[in-house]
Amino acid sequence: MDLQASLELALVNLTSPPVLAFVLGLVAVALRTDLRLPDAVYQATSMYLLLAIGIKGGVALREASPGDIAWPLVATLVLGVTIPVAAFALLRVLTPLGRIDRGAMAAHYGSTSLVTFTAAIVFLEASSIAFEGYVATLLTVLEIPGIVVGLLLARGLRGGGMGETLREVVFGRSVLLLVGGLAIGFLTGPVGYVRVEPFFGDLFTGVLTLFLLELGMLTGRQLSALRQAGPGLVVFAIVFPLLAGFAGVLGGTLAGMEVGGAMILGVLCASASYIAAPAAVRLALPEAKPSITLASSLGMTFPFNLIVGIPVYLLMAEAVGSW
Amino acid sequence: MTAGPSDFGSVTCLTIVAESVLEERLLSVIESCGARGWTVSMAQGHGPSHHGVSGIEGGNVRVETLVTEEVAARIWGALEKDFFPHYAVSAWAYDVRVARMARYS
Repeated sequence: MDLQASLELALVNLTSPPVLAFVLGLVAVALRTDLRLPDAVYQATSMYLLLAIGIKGGVALREASPGDIAWPLVATLVLGVTIPVAAFALLRVLTPLGRIDRGAMAAHYGSTSLVTFTAAIVFLEASSIAFEGYVATLLTVLEIPGIVVGLLLARGLRGGGMGETLREVVFGRSVLLLVGGLAIGFLTGPVGYVRVEPFFGDLFTGVLTLFLLELGMLTGRQLSALRQAGPGLVVFAIVFPLLAGFAGVLGGTLAGMEVGGAMILGVLCASASYIAAPAAVRLALPEAKPSITLASSLGMTFPFNLIVGIPVYLLMAEAVGSW
Repeated sequence: MTAGPSDFGSVTCLTIVAESVLEERLLSVIESCGARGWTVSMAQGHGPSHHGVSGIEGGNVRVETLVTEEVAARIWGALEKDFFPHYAVSAWAYDVRVARMARYS
């Protein structure tokens, strides 16, 4: 892909309504505007996004053969276990953070971000680039191992208290809605999906836009914590997604995925969780400082991926795919 | 002469405001300490430690429970041991007069 086409891609991403709404959220906080999405609306939009992603993924999963999805699943599991270990190790080099905080960070970066994933899908659809519909299954698979590995790194095997945390992760609303949505989509198939398509398909980008407005405000409120973060954490929050994203793109390509699918796996690996992981980490590692993990995952990595990362991972997937 | 139920009595109203991720854990502690009921509502606010993840996870929860003095003491103990050191929690107690005292003792 030449430079002009790459710049056009970046522009398509930057001027998409969800990304612009995210920027509006940042501006609202900078101007100290009294704007916030009511909690109930925030919860409802997050439920809607999870269920919609699940249902659409389930419909696509029905059309995929087990042979198609086996290698991508293996690649996702391997990445889900190695990425938090890599994050834990790199943080030791780059930052003065202690073991508990590094484990908390590893849990966030090992897990994945629904909204970054969703923005990447909206971007691919807007650019008419094909991708495997079953990627929502990979999103679901990647949610859990990273959190577990991160907590184990922080606590060690004898840490105890993993039961409540595992329950929080596995039966928390993220995984429940994703898995439930996948089952609904799989069982109902394309015929059943047509009936809910106006709600879960046509309205999707609009709801995502509303959700990103709120996330922009949440991100803006994290920015004040950045000053305490130190240069090492800033470097990590930008460099690690690129490394993990490349690993995801490589894994997806080796597993036989299309360029769009490999790019999505890259996005999944590059993004850090800020819904499932913070709650699980808060319960299991109360000593960890959420201000650090959220400043990094939500304050830096999320906007970086949303604005710069998404087109970059596509370029990576195209480059790796043409090798 | 005052009209009303005859079984008025005094109990402790214990109010706990905490990060919403703690809701399930708090309720199970309160129940195991002997509370027989509670009211949970969402709350928003600002505290001195502001180190929670509540902005992401939907604010704070406010748990109110009417308990006897002994149960309140047990709940205080659990709060001091497992919650106060690590989490953004505010808790306070006051004596109240309730109707149908038998429900709380």
